[in-house]
Amino acid sequence: MTTPSTDPRAASDVTDSGGLRLLGITLTLGDGDTAVTALDDVDLTVAPGEFVAVVGPSGSGKSSLLAVAGGLQQPTSGRVHIAGTELTALSDKERTAARRRHIGFVFQQSNLLASLTVREQLLLPLHIDGRLDAAARTRADELIDAVGLSHRSGSRPHQLSGGERQRAGLARALMTSPAVLLVDEPTSALDRVRAAEAVQLIAEQTHEHGTATVMVTHDTAIMDAADRVHEMVDGRLS
Amino acid sequence: MFLALRDLRFARGRFALMGAVVALIAVLGVLLSGLASGLADAGISGLRALPMTHMAFDRKATSEQFSRSTVEQEDWQAWSEAPGVERAEPFGNTLANAQVTQGAKKGEQVNLAVFGMAADSPMAPVSTKGEGLKESGAGIVITQEIADLGVEVGDVLTADKSMVRLEVVGMVDETVSYGHIGVAYTDLDTWRHLHYGLPGDLPEAARRQATAVALTLEEGADVAAVAKATATRADTKETTFDASPGYTAESSTMALIKGFLYAISALVVGAFFTVWTVQRKAEIALLKALGAPTGYILRDALAQVVAVLVGATAVGTAVGLALGSAMIGKAPFSLSAPAIATSAGLLIGLGTVGAIVAVRRITAVDPLTALGATR
Repeated sequence: MTTPSTDPRAASDVTDSGGLRLLGITLTLGDGDTAVTALDDVDLTVAPGEFVAVVGPSGSGKSSLLAVAGGLQQPTSGRVHIAGTELTALSDKERTAARRRHIGFVFQQSNLLASLTVREQLLLPLHIDGRLDAAARTRADELIDAVGLSHRSGSRPHQLSGGERQRAGLARALMTSPAVLLVDEPTSALDRVRAAEAVQLIAEQTHEHGTATVMVTHDTAIMDAADRVHEMVDGRLS
Repeated sequence: MFLALRDLRFARGRFALMGAVVALIAVLGVLLSGLASGLADAGISGLRALPMTHMAFDRKATSEQFSRSTVEQEDWQAWSEAPGVERAEPFGNTLANAQVTQGAKKGEQVNLAVFGMAADSPMAPVSTKGEGLKESGAGIVITQEIADLGVEVGDVLTADKSMVRLEVVGMVDETVSYGHIGVAYTDLDTWRHLHYGLPGDLPEAARRQATAVALTLEEGADVAAVAKATATRADTKETTFDASPGYTAESSTMALIKGFLYAISALVVGAFFTVWTVQRKAEIALLKALGAPTGYILRDALAQVVAVLVGATAVGTAVGLALGSAMIGKAPFSLSAPAIATSAGLLIGLGTVGAIVAVRRITAVDPLTALGATR
């Protein structure tokens, strides 16, 4: 299942040039007899502009991989580098700030806020960071246009289809020009055609914005758009 | 407030219900404050109006001093000679029943809260109609509450029991009451006749008595020494209010009701925002995953709380003031700006405390839960 990297951009000095690098990541959940090894000595390097898919069955550790790569969870051992910064060496507060500025998340079923319009969903990350200005508004409109939601800019999540929500979630993740884009099961609420479209869009945006993108999914049918595919089994990445 | 305002708009039905509860509590708060002020006015406005700082009672009278205490001439003389005492004068207090025997309302029964004082005392009323008090003139100066019964200047009242003839010589157009009864000012001798219920000449002993000594003390006066020498006890003006019949019970009842009201409102607001915060848990996890610091989310949530409380309290207070204005004159009710401001402030303040306890659970939400259900 593994496609060896042929992308010239996946250089070894990726930690300095931006992108994402996981080094010897082990994550043990629980303790004593109930301890489970969710991630077992995982190494992964993703260059800027590269789209990597990680596939595996439920419980294989895919989501844990995203949690650790995105700074939502500290690994038991190992290091995470994002855009030249060692994420795992930061304090909780600094990690939160790093999430805000350098990491874009696309969640399962998009995870939009119920009371905000599509445009406001995009503006929110910049408001959180205190950078909500005219340039941000222009960028929001451009991204909404790029994901094909111009006609839905003023709609709230309950007025959108599953595919539209997913595209809004992608646009929001790109708002802060993140170095790393982490995508969690983007197609779980979509039919086959829409799923293919959504993943194609992620690939396009990855190449256009130069993000180091990791998508985890159990849907093997949508991997074609990825530059590289890894398989995850019992916490080990192959 | 980026999210808070949009949530308010989006979930306006729920917030409107919550706001309505707070607004109704604010209405009740205004009405209770008005009632408390009105009851206080009816109970002690007569005492409040007296120009004095303290009042000395017979030391043996420890409760209901106004009906139990008797002081002697030596007492007010000792007080007036003591250092730091600017003024000390006898003050008589009694409740009397009388009947209009001359005037338009002949036969009307009238209750009087009689305040006896020297006619030339600074405590003596300044009539807005008719004349002031005269020494041993058996005249009374009535206040608005008695005038409202139809008693006019020039009428004659006859006291029950003592059959003392009381000529209404003047009137003060203010509502001045004591123990829910309109005040009638009179000279000390007339007061003594009414107090002891004696027709004819007063016995010699009675001529030297009064209920209490009204004092005007300078800052730092040595009250204790004189009090000891005269077997009296000087209470501050505010303490004497408690000696007014029913005043303590009324004010503590109102305070109890208000206390429960604020406690209930804090709990209701706390309960609402607890449910609201629990409902928002997924969104809070998402915000944290997007990199929002906990402080950002807390500030947003508290701004929402304060906006709801201030808005609802303002509406409720306005409605309460409108209702309250209509009640003035029909019930012991008066609107006092400080009391209403305190009531509104407490409602907002305690509601915020209740909500803070609720939204604190924002800090415990784990951003990890924003990631897939497949974990």
